[in-house]
Amino acid sequence: MNEQEALFEYLLRLGDNALILGHRLSEWCGHSPALEEDLALSNVALDLIGQTQLWLNLAGEIEGKGRDADKLAYLRDARDFRNLLLVEQPNGDFAMTMARQFYFDAWHYLQLQGLTGSKESRIAEIAAKSLKEVAYHLERSRDWVLRLGDGTEESHRRMQAAIDDLWMYTGELFEADEIDRTMIQAGLGPDPSALQESWLDLVRATAEEATLALPQPGWAQRGGKRGIHTEHLGYILADLQFLQRAYPNAVW
Amino acid sequence: MTGSLTQPDLGQVRTWLQEIPDPEVPAVSVMDLGIVREVRWENDELVVAITPTYSGCPATSVIALDIEAALRAKGLEHLRIERRLSPPWTTDWISEEGRRKLEAYGIAPPAERAGDSPSPFDRFLRKPLVVACPRCKSENTHRVSEFGSTPCKAQYQCRDCLEPFDYFKCI
Repeated sequence: MNEQEALFEYLLRLGDNALILGHRLSEWCGHSPALEEDLALSNVALDLIGQTQLWLNLAGEIEGKGRDADKLAYLRDARDFRNLLLVEQPNGDFAMTMARQFYFDAWHYLQLQGLTGSKESRIAEIAAKSLKEVAYHLERSRDWVLRLGDGTEESHRRMQAAIDDLWMYTGELFEADEIDRTMIQAGLGPDPSALQESWLDLVRATAEEATLALPQPGWAQRGGKRGIHTEHLGYILADLQFLQRAYPNAVW
Repeated sequence: MTGSLTQPDLGQVRTWLQEIPDPEVPAVSVMDLGIVREVRWENDELVVAITPTYSGCPATSVIALDIEAALRAKGLEHLRIERRLSPPWTTDWISEEGRRKLEAYGIAPPAERAGDSPSPFDRFLRKPLVVACPRCKSENTHRVSEFGSTPCKAQYQCRDCLEPFDYFKCI
């Protein structure tokens, strides 16, 4: 795989994380526990979909086969998606959604911060733009982990369960593979393993303040970055891609 | 438009742009919000560079259309809207006049400068922002929700006059 092909894969990862998590959050629209949360989750989803367009359009440009963000989002099958397993996990209860968001936001923030130093100016520009939005997402999801963790007996129980259940999907965030190494060498993106310490500092401090116990490092589920997904992704795509599959080339 | 003699000067173009309201916050113009980053002539083509406030803001494409329609109505035929991502938009670019208009409309303007915002890790430790009520100016307000009717706003309520209001978030 040459550098350009690796860059295309890398951009798919960035775009697919935002796309799949954005879609997951949009599933709360009209179902949230409170109107304010409905607005907030939809707005975070909107930020992520906006970021998806930037990343996937750039991916299509680098690939050079005439695919834009829409074609990449709507016309790839599950094996061609490169998102982390964490973001495709079901919404569960509100604690599960916010724990997933917090794990992701903390990592996303650090990753974007690293990407602002990319030698590819278009990557650095998209990262700088997204970073402002994600800083706000992180503040919000952290607040919810605190509020539910250090809340009632019931909210604590639920947040602890969510923190435990999603833990095995966080290992993948920090594993560098061949594509990551190509990006690091070319100065295009940060080393994922270098983000782990800052992430753990933040997650540990938050868990402590929220009176939650952080699981011990253990077995990590992996595969999303290479296109090996959990069963959930197929259901997401069935929903996300239905219109383009049933009515090819339909436009808004 | 042909020939430099018939080209309106850029000051005139900016005055026209000053009249174009933001589609979601019509109290302020696209110039007030700092969305228009540059206006220039490239030979006989007018180029207007705009930047999105939030990457997913659906108003961005409407703003581009509004600018194009307004300038065509002024007789400009050769024009191009350029999208610019960098440097990313910040609420620091909202003009003083824009801040006044927002407040008069019932939206509290950003209460701090984005330029000196600490990193998120430090942000966790800071005290909550003091956002003054745009109606009665009381500082006894509280945040109801991190987001409001658009991505750029949050919801607050005044504890004195009880008015619920939008706050233009600082980014």
